[in-house]
Amino acid sequence: MKIAVITFPGSNCDHDCYRALKLLDGVTPEFRWHRDTSLGDVAAVILPGGFSYGDYLRAGAIARFSPIMDAVVEFAEAGGPVVGICNGFQVLCEAGLLPGALVRNESLRFQSHPVHIRVETTRTPFTSEYEEGQVLRIPIAHGEGNYHAEPEVLAELEGTDRIVFRYSTADGKLTPEANPNGSAHHIAGIVNEHRNVLGMMPHPERAVEELLGPTDGRGLFQSLRNHLTAGATT
Amino acid sequence: MSTPSEQDGALAAPRETPPPDPRPGDPEITAVVVADHGLSEEEYERILGILGRTPTFTELGVFSAMWSEHCGYKNSKRLLQLLPTKAPWVIQGPGENAGVIDVGQGLALAFKIESHNPPSAVEPYQGAATGVGGILRDIFTMGARPVAVLDSLRFGDLTSGRNRYLFSGVVKGVGDYGNCVGIPNIGGEVFFDRAYDGNPLVNAMALGLMKEEDLILGEASGVGNTLMAVGARTGRDGIHGATFASEELSEDSDEASRPQVQVGDPFTEKLLLEASLELIKSGHIVGIQDMGAAGLTSSASEMAGRAGSGVVLDTALVPVRELGMTPYEILLSESQERMLVVAKRGHEEHVRKILEKWELEAEPVGEVTDDGHFRIEEDGVVVANIPALPLTDGCPTYEREGIEADEVRELRERDLTEFLSPKGDLTEDFLELLGSPNVASRRWIYEQFDTTVRTSTVIRPGGDAGVIRIDGTDRGIAATTDCNGRYCYLDPREGAKAAVAEAARNLVCTGALPTAVTNNLNFGNPLKPHIYFQMREAVLGMAEACELFETPVTGGNVSLYNETDGLAIYPTPVIGMVGVLDDVSKTVGHAFRAEGDCILLLGENREEIGGSEYLYRLHDGLVAGHPPVVDLLAERRLQHAVLALVQNRLLHSAHDCSEGGLACALAQSAVGGEGGPLGVEVSLHDRLAPVAVLFGESTGRVVITVDPASEGEVLGMCRNHGVSARVLGTVGAPHGEFRVDTPSGHLRTPVDDVFQRYYDALPNLMDQDPDIPEGDIHA
Repeated sequence: MKIAVITFPGSNCDHDCYRALKLLDGVTPEFRWHRDTSLGDVAAVILPGGFSYGDYLRAGAIARFSPIMDAVVEFAEAGGPVVGICNGFQVLCEAGLLPGALVRNESLRFQSHPVHIRVETTRTPFTSEYEEGQVLRIPIAHGEGNYHAEPEVLAELEGTDRIVFRYSTADGKLTPEANPNGSAHHIAGIVNEHRNVLGMMPHPERAVEELLGPTDGRGLFQSLRNHLTAGATT
Repeated sequence: MSTPSEQDGALAAPRETPPPDPRPGDPEITAVVVADHGLSEEEYERILGILGRTPTFTELGVFSAMWSEHCGYKNSKRLLQLLPTKAPWVIQGPGENAGVIDVGQGLALAFKIESHNPPSAVEPYQGAATGVGGILRDIFTMGARPVAVLDSLRFGDLTSGRNRYLFSGVVKGVGDYGNCVGIPNIGGEVFFDRAYDGNPLVNAMALGLMKEEDLILGEASGVGNTLMAVGARTGRDGIHGATFASEELSEDSDEASRPQVQVGDPFTEKLLLEASLELIKSGHIVGIQDMGAAGLTSSASEMAGRAGSGVVLDTALVPVRELGMTPYEILLSESQERMLVVAKRGHEEHVRKILEKWELEAEPVGEVTDDGHFRIEEDGVVVANIPALPLTDGCPTYEREGIEADEVRELRERDLTEFLSPKGDLTEDFLELLGSPNVASRRWIYEQFDTTVRTSTVIRPGGDAGVIRIDGTDRGIAATTDCNGRYCYLDPREGAKAAVAEAARNLVCTGALPTAVTNNLNFGNPLKPHIYFQMREAVLGMAEACELFETPVTGGNVSLYNETDGLAIYPTPVIGMVGVLDDVSKTVGHAFRAEGDCILLLGENREEIGGSEYLYRLHDGLVAGHPPVVDLLAERRLQHAVLALVQNRLLHSAHDCSEGGLACALAQSAVGGEGGPLGVEVSLHDRLAPVAVLFGESTGRVVITVDPASEGEVLGMCRNHGVSARVLGTVGAPHGEFRVDTPSGHLRTPVDDVFQRYYDALPNLMDQDPDIPEGDIHA
């Protein structure tokens, strides 16, 4: 099955996502250029990290107007799985596929280091291979990852089990020190109402090979692959 | 006394094309105008000889840039010729955009270091950002994809708000640029000392990988081929940056010089990177070069000079940002993210299409000729016509008199016996030293850099050297930058040797074979005999060490005139060294791994505290004594021993001893692991003063840990390599005690305190407010 990785001008994690997908049996990653108007016959879409359009105006604000984004929105609305990582999460928020916004880190500095995130729900196509409450070690690398939303939006996310990952300590506690960027409710990743669109700031594609450190990001890609395989056979 | 070189034999110019008339509106050429362009009378005489007439204003500007120290290396060229540059694995030595070495399996590594010192002193954020941009372009114009950057930084003490402002601005500039382009930062160094007050050093190094057959050079060959300006448009920023970089700064450099600082746009750089690599692979071009220092002037004339051809270009065809720019301005602008490309004749449209895909422009601006001239026209009217070779290679070079300053000799010979006794409690001294910004964790810095993008980083910043894997192979590349300016100040020859030796030690600690060097020679005003002395001695020391280690110098950068109001920086010949790992999975980190592991020391402790961080930090900024002696042969044996141990997978950790000495090296290894700090139980039996054994900075030492079961094998291997090795003690419990005993004193403290001191020191210093100049938007 094919999974699309979208390349915007300024994307810089597109090849990393491509490589992580390539490690999965039965998956063929394919790049899609921002000027493409169709996704082709892909089973899922990844919006990778980077600085699409230089993050001019606001992170992700211009990318949402790329020709390919119409196709991505259509794909998502039809129930296709979409994952936005880092800048991809920002693009999804700007495109209205996910609620809320990612603003500058509380430290006002770019932050690049491994963090712990707690898996809050396994009821998504992206987290079925994890255990609820499992703590993952995955790198972040962003200047604008501070999740903000209206109180009623946050309440809805909480009430409908749509917070997928939260920043935590190694043993799963939600302390202020464990929240690297000031995100509301420690949010590191959320899904949309139909649970088929995931946005997350940490980089699971950077945590899939033992040579490079912890491999806790594998579960996300395996979950997606299993979800797609199950869908294909039923 | 200066002596011009004698290589100007064949400089007489064939003058078939007519000389240009003075351009209406250009200033008249007077002695004052010549002096303002940084040219000496003697150099001006030579220009008159080359041209056979008075230069036009445009031509004067061109000569001024090309014969600046930054482009012409006039005070350093003869010294640089002393460095070893050849080895069977060197594919491209000095003289190109970057050096290139063979790293096996048909792959080549392009790498280079470059300084952006004066711009960073004036506008730290943009100065540092454009420094990273420039060095990345040097790499991808060779046809290589940038895979890593490192940064070597120097600032005055952080007690000054101005220095905190410069430091934080530079770090943010380095980070923002590399992060956006998506190149991991894998290491580097920073050093703080009052000698860098007013003259921070910002040296950026980049590495790129390519298939050997993709190598492309900066040559304008093939008569009739088309010169194309590619990338960003040309504006009025950075005009005469190269000349500015070749002058001393003064009190009023700050605001007045800002127009000479360029402004970077990493997004355009990322597009330019992708477009350039696609262009090179497309076969539509024969040469490509960054419009770096001295912009269009240097790129066009150097490309012609290397190919032995000529070029003609029309400034009216160059895409500009603003109207009314003169040829002088267009030729000397240092606007960023621009390239000069030589397209095959008839392939211009293909080039334009590739650039268009990446939302960039490519415009024909001239062509390659066979007359050997650098000819500039404005709307078809000749405004400059200069023989290309004398312009690029005819810059006078000088060998000057070098005399050591008396005060340095006195400082070096100072008796340090009184400082061998502890100042107070040894443990308190130790914690203070560990909290020095020259010893403490650099996490505050590298957490602002993306270190893991490109998913290739095997060892991130924080250890001895950064390591990346080479995609598609088992191999890896390690890289480091090193130089202790204090050692170089006290004894430039030994200091330079120490820099090369430390770089090599850092690489072998990760398991990489030291392979080649790029250097960045940062010094004061070379016209002063004591500065020229430092330059010559440092180059001689560097040459000796590089020769013995078989690490040829494949290129680099020279930054002179790093002085403010007559006060020079320490001589700082930064070594950027790269190494190769055949099997990257064997690489070793610097952090202790497991309780009960055996801690060993390779190398000897000696009574050497000269030039140490201990003296500077605990004795009121004292910089005196002989810096540590470097035994190059012993270093070589040590390198081989450590590499053999890594090869046999016997090491759990390896860490070089440097600033702060053995005690700080043990501390760094104890608290460096991901899983939290581990205790240390060590006994030292040296009959040396405890200050010397704990905090002295003797070279040639590495702290390793091994499984207790392999202790005998490891000691035996070291013996066979002629390296002294001994057991120091064992790794203690998680969150246990940090205990180091000597015959006459001991360190005892919970390792959690060591951890806290090590990681909190720099953030605590930076929590104080910087002095931000009014109107600065980046801090």
